[in-house]
Amino acid sequence: MTEPLLEARKVSKRYGQVHALQGADFTVRPGEVVALIGDNGAGKSTLVKTLSGTVRPDSGQILVAGVPVELGSPLDARRHGVETVYQDLALAPDLDAAANLHLGRELYRPGLLGRLGVLDRAAMRRSAVTAFAELGVDLRDVGVPVASLSGGQRQSVAVARAVAFANRIIFMDEPTAALGVVQRGRVLETIRRVRDRGVSVVLISHNMPEVLSVADRVEVLRLGRRVAVFEAAHTSVEELVGAMTGALDPVPAEPGPTGSGPAQSSRNGSDPTGSDPTGSDPTGSDPAAPGAAGQPSAPGKPARPTPGPEDGAL
Amino acid sequence: MSTHVPGEADRAAAPAPLRPGRTLPGWVRRIAAMNETWTFGVLVLLVAFFTAARPDTFLTRYDITQIATNAAIYLVLGVGMTFVIIVAGIDLSVGSVLVLSAVLSAEYTIHHGGAGSGWGTVAVSTLIALVTGVVWGGLQGWLVAKAKVPPLIVTLGGFGAALGLAQIITGGQDPTGAVSGELQHSIGFGKLFGQIPWLVVIAFATTVVFGLVLAFTRFGRYTYAIGSNPEAARRVGIDVDRHLVKIYALTGLLSGLGSVMWLAYFGTTSIAGHSSDNLKVITAVVLGGASLFGGRGSVLGTVIGVFIPAVLTTGLIIMDVQQYWQDVAIGIVLVAAVYLDQFRRRGRERG
Ligand SMILES: Nc1ncnc2c1ncn2[C@@H]1O[C@H](COP(=O)(O)OP(=O)(O)OP(=O)(O)O)[C@@H](O)[C@H]1O
Ligand SMILES: [Mg+2]
Repeated sequence: MTEPLLEARKVSKRYGQVHALQGADFTVRPGEVVALIGDNGAGKSTLVKTLSGTVRPDSGQILVAGVPVELGSPLDARRHGVETVYQDLALAPDLDAAANLHLGRELYRPGLLGRLGVLDRAAMRRSAVTAFAELGVDLRDVGVPVASLSGGQRQSVAVARAVAFANRIIFMDEPTAALGVVQRGRVLETIRRVRDRGVSVVLISHNMPEVLSVADRVEVLRLGRRVAVFEAAHTSVEELVGAMTGALDPVPAEPGPTGSGPAQSSRNGSDPTGSDPTGSDPTGSDPAAPGAAGQPSAPGKPARPTPGPEDGAL
Repeated sequence: MSTHVPGEADRAAAPAPLRPGRTLPGWVRRIAAMNETWTFGVLVLLVAFFTAARPDTFLTRYDITQIATNAAIYLVLGVGMTFVIIVAGIDLSVGSVLVLSAVLSAEYTIHHGGAGSGWGTVAVSTLIALVTGVVWGGLQGWLVAKAKVPPLIVTLGGFGAALGLAQIITGGQDPTGAVSGELQHSIGFGKLFGQIPWLVVIAFATTVVFGLVLAFTRFGRYTYAIGSNPEAARRVGIDVDRHLVKIYALTGLLSGLGSVMWLAYFGTTSIAGHSSDNLKVITAVVLGGASLFGGRGSVLGTVIGVFIPAVLTTGLIIMDVQQYWQDVAIGIVLVAAVYLDQFRRRGRERG
């Protein structure tokens, strides 16, 4: 088993009353596609932001290639070869696609002009055209403001930006949510191609068949904690959904707190009492699940709630 | 301002191409889509109207020189304001910072030779004016960027405080001997090659330099990016706070430069004469197509926006229209311009 390329250990993050991450673990191995799944509000985006330097965790440790690192800003993450497609895309709508692709990484004119900070717009445009073509994105004109692109095109711009510059890990937070069938296929294809290039991809998606088709491993987040890890080849959609919602937790639980509404935050304290994230499955509430407490050591071997024989060992 | 959430409608649709192009060639559409084109149209109409109305008097060389000279200081202030507005900020303090810079530089002049002082005094007093502007602007920028006080409030406070300080220093009276005669005769009344007033030359140079900076350099690109989506800018590693401080310092610097031009031309600090500079300049920038929500605008647009009121003033005077109509006209033009802009934008943008 290879050493993890990136590892989060017991990462916690609070937003006021909301405990978005409560000691979450996460592992990315070299050259793999790992899916990060979980219900709405499980903390996936927050975890991605802590690992890409956008959000500082309150506690916990982040290791790159086994070395503890401090990700104080997105630049730090970049320096480690980490790129991110954010769920909100993080594009500047008034700038065109080429400018967005190179934002923060502008190309300059040669010579004195370049030293004065003069941009080489033609070069950036050319490289943007190449990047989009590689992704199969149909942008008629890389020179129109991103605001006037369709939702799917915008998403493609964000994906192209990450793919163009990543050399170790790409986080993709729901990169296919707004995409049409063809475009979605292309992004998945891109994910595989990027992986074959040796870059690890972390895919966040609510589309389980998509996850199973492209991912090598699946890590499940619930209520700000990793609750399960699966080998994609040996698992099923039902199992993933079960782990996400807590329906497969072994210990039957007392009913979830009444009137907890749609909020996913655990009630105060670190114990994940069972507010059912789906709000629809009354059996799904979980107690302080043994899986959630997990053996903190053995990063590659998190506790698993469902010891199904068909999920190969990790 | 926020990023655009992909619409449901795009889901499961085949890759949406750009909306079908009309038959016009791309460059025509792009020019027609530029804010500057429309504002420039308004300016041309105004000039055409006044020229037709008074063919012998309007647009004579005297007039053009006069219009340009009157516009010069507003243009310099407007260039700074363009950056601030593109970055989704506002600076209400420009007129007061101009006054404070003028007063501090005048104080130096008064104690170092007064009206009869030489170039040495001119140099130091000019430097004082510029530094005052930069420091004041930079302080406001720091409050906006680091202390997260809304720019409207910071600069409203700055507007009052700078003017108040100027009045404390001078006792509320414009001091005499505030400007070196050398400065007045060279920069104030002098002309390059005996043709172009130096004031206009300075304004033109400032405009060109910062217009190029905004359009072609990294500094300009970051300005648009931050105004467009500050969070996105932060996430790609742009130091948003530092950039904001620089931008407010730049408006301060240009207010300082404006004060030097003012002193040179008018020979007095005019403490009471700058309370509406901010609104005039903001009007010009918005007329020029900048969006108060940030992300859009250009120095070229601001140039046009400065000249619309300038042409209106001169034109109405020539036509013997009571001068107050000018304010009415500018008010109408401003609201109409922004309305048209929104109208076109709604047609262009999705989501
Ligand atoms: N900036 C913020 N301020 C306050 N609360 C936040 C913030 N960001 C996230 N949260 C809260 O943290 C929790 C986890 O949010 P997060 O966005 O990480 O969920 P997610 O798993 O990505 O969900 P989704 O599938 O809907 O994208 C939510 O309860 C959310 O309300
Ligand atoms: Mg999310």
